[in-house]
Amino acid sequence: MADISTHEKPAEAAGTTLLSVRDLGKTYGAGPGEVEAIRSISFDVRAGELVCVVGPSGCGKTTLLKCLSGLLHPTSGSVALAGQAVVAPPKKMAVVFQEYGRSLYPWLSVRDNVGLPLKARRLPRGERDDAVRAALEEVGLGHALSTYPWQLSGGMQQRVAIARAIAYQPEVLVMDEPFAAVDAQTRADLEDLVRRVWQDLGVTVIFVTHDIDESVYLGERVLVLSSSPTVVQEDLAVDLPSERDQISTRALPRFTELRTHVHEQIQRAKRGDRTALPAT
Amino acid sequence: MRRIRLRPVLGALRTLGYAAGLPALALLAWALATDRSASLYFPPPATIADAFVETWFGPAFTEDVLPSLGRFAAGVLLSMVIGIVAGTAIGTTRWLRDLLEPMLEFFRAVPPVVLVPVLMLMLGVGDTMRIAVIVSGCVWPVLLNTVEGVRGVDTVLTETSRSYRVRGGLSLRYVVLPAASPQIMAGIRLCLSIGLILMVISEMFASSSGLGYRIVYFQRSFMIAQMWSGIVLLGLVGVAVAGLYGIAERRVLHWYHGMREVARG
Ligand SMILES: Nc1ncnc2c1ncn2[C@@H]1O[C@H](COP(=O)(O)OP(=O)(O)OP(=O)(O)O)[C@@H](O)[C@H]1O
Ligand SMILES: [Mg+2]
Repeated sequence: MADISTHEKPAEAAGTTLLSVRDLGKTYGAGPGEVEAIRSISFDVRAGELVCVVGPSGCGKTTLLKCLSGLLHPTSGSVALAGQAVVAPPKKMAVVFQEYGRSLYPWLSVRDNVGLPLKARRLPRGERDDAVRAALEEVGLGHALSTYPWQLSGGMQQRVAIARAIAYQPEVLVMDEPFAAVDAQTRADLEDLVRRVWQDLGVTVIFVTHDIDESVYLGERVLVLSSSPTVVQEDLAVDLPSERDQISTRALPRFTELRTHVHEQIQRAKRGDRTALPAT
Repeated sequence: MRRIRLRPVLGALRTLGYAAGLPALALLAWALATDRSASLYFPPPATIADAFVETWFGPAFTEDVLPSLGRFAAGVLLSMVIGIVAGTAIGTTRWLRDLLEPMLEFFRAVPPVVLVPVLMLMLGVGDTMRIAVIVSGCVWPVLLNTVEGVRGVDTVLTETSRSYRVRGGLSLRYVVLPAASPQIMAGIRLCLSIGLILMVISEMFASSSGLGYRIVYFQRSFMIAQMWSGIVLLGLVGVAVAGLYGIAERRVLHWYHGMREVARG
C-alpha cells in the first residue's frame, strides 16, 4: 500500500490537456482488401479524467486504443501525450488488454507477471517486491503471488492484469473492455476497484466498454463512437456524484436518463445517423 | 497406517509391471527360441549378458564408451547452442530470415551421412570430424524449431511486452525464449535421437575407438555375442538419454503441461 499512496499525483497538472487526439484515422491494409476501421476521431483528455469510450462491436475501439498507446501507427492524424507526439509506447502509460488471458505470461508466476515491467524499468528488487505485493493486495490477490495465471479463474486473471497496470504506476491507464468476460459480481467489484484506483492514484483513465450502464456508472465523461467508418458521435459529461455506489447510484433518476440517452445514441450510431441528439 | 501405505506401493508395482512386462516377455521368448538351437547369429540372452559384463566392464569402458559419450555430448550441446542462438537471431530479424530461409531448407534436406566423406576431407579423421558430423545433422531440428517458435509468439503477449517496454535481453529471457520453449524442446528431442545415430555412424568410418567402431569390429571378427552386447548397450544409452531429456523437459515446460492439463479440464 505504501507505494501506491506515496505515488506522486500529477495534481498540479489536473485540468490541463494530457492526451490530445487529432483527426485520427486508421485503415488496415491497402488496395481492394483495405478496411477503414476509423475515419476521423478528435478529442482531448485532461489530466486526471476518467473517460469511458463506448461504441458498437467492431467500430474500432481496440484500434483507437492501440493508436493511443503507440502500438499502432495511425494512417492519418496524430496523438500527443503531454505535448509529445506518440510514435512508440510511452513510458507513463499502462494498457490492460481485451484478451487478458493471452496477455499474461503463462510461464511466469503471478508475482513475476506483475513484476516484469518494473524490472524493465530497473526498479531495485526490494521496491519491486513491495510494489507487486501492494498492487496484488489492492485487487484482492495478495494470497496468489506464487500461483500461475492459468491456475486462476478468468476474473482473477483479469485482476492480475489490472494489478500489473497499477504496479507500473502510470499516469495514463488504458483499459480495453476489461470486464467483458467476468461474472456480474466480480464485474461490480472490479468497476469499484477502477474508480478507487482512479481516485487514489490520480491517474487518467481511458476505459473502453460496450456496456452502456458500465460506461455511465464508471465515467466522468462518455465518448460515444459511431459504427464504422468511425467518428465521435457524442462527447457526454456524466454529472453524477463522484462517490458512486453500485446500488444507490444505479437507482438515481439521473443515471437512468443518462444511460437511456447513451443507448439512443448507440442505436442511432448503428443506423448511421450522425446527427447528435439534443443534450439531456 | 500400514493400509494407507500399501496403495502407492501397489500402484508403483503395477507401473513397474507394465513397463517391464513386455521386455521380460521378449527376453523369455528369445531365451526359449535360442535355447539349444546353437544358432551362430542369435546367441541366448545369458551368453550375451556374460559378453556384456566381460566386454564393457573393462578397459573398453574408458577406451570406447566414454569417448563416444563425450563426442555425443559435445555434438549435441554444440547443436543446441548454435541452433538456439542462430534460430533466435533468424526468427527475430526479418531480413535475416528472408535471406537464409531457402538455404536452410536445402541444408536440412541433405542427409547428414553424405557429409561424412566431405567433413573427413576437410577436418581429417579425428574427434573434430566426428563431432562435426553430429552437429551437421543435429543442428537443424533445433534451429528450425527455434525460428518457428520465436516467430510464433502470441501477438497479444508481444504487444503487452511492447507497451510495458520490456525489451532487449529482458524480453528474450522472459518472453521470447519461454514462449518458444515448447517448440525448442521438441527440436532438442529430435536432436538427441539423431545425435545418437550419427555418433555411431561417425565412428564406423576410419576409426579405432568408440561404440560404433567396436560393434563393427566385433561383427567383422565374428564375435557375435559381443556385437549383440554392444547393441544392447546402445539401447540402454538411448533409454538413459531419453530419461534425462524427460527430466529436463518436465522442469523447463512444467508451466506448459500444467496449462494444457487445465485446458483439458
Ligand atoms: N489487424 C487487422 N487487420 C485488418 N483489419 C482489422 C485488424 N484489426 C481490426 N480490424 C478491423 O477493424 C475494425 C475495427 O476493429 P476493432 O478490433 O478495433 O474493433 P472493436 O471496436 O475493438 O471491436 P470489439 O467490440 O469486437 O472489441 C473491424 O472491422 C476489424 O475487422
Ligand atoms: Mg476490441
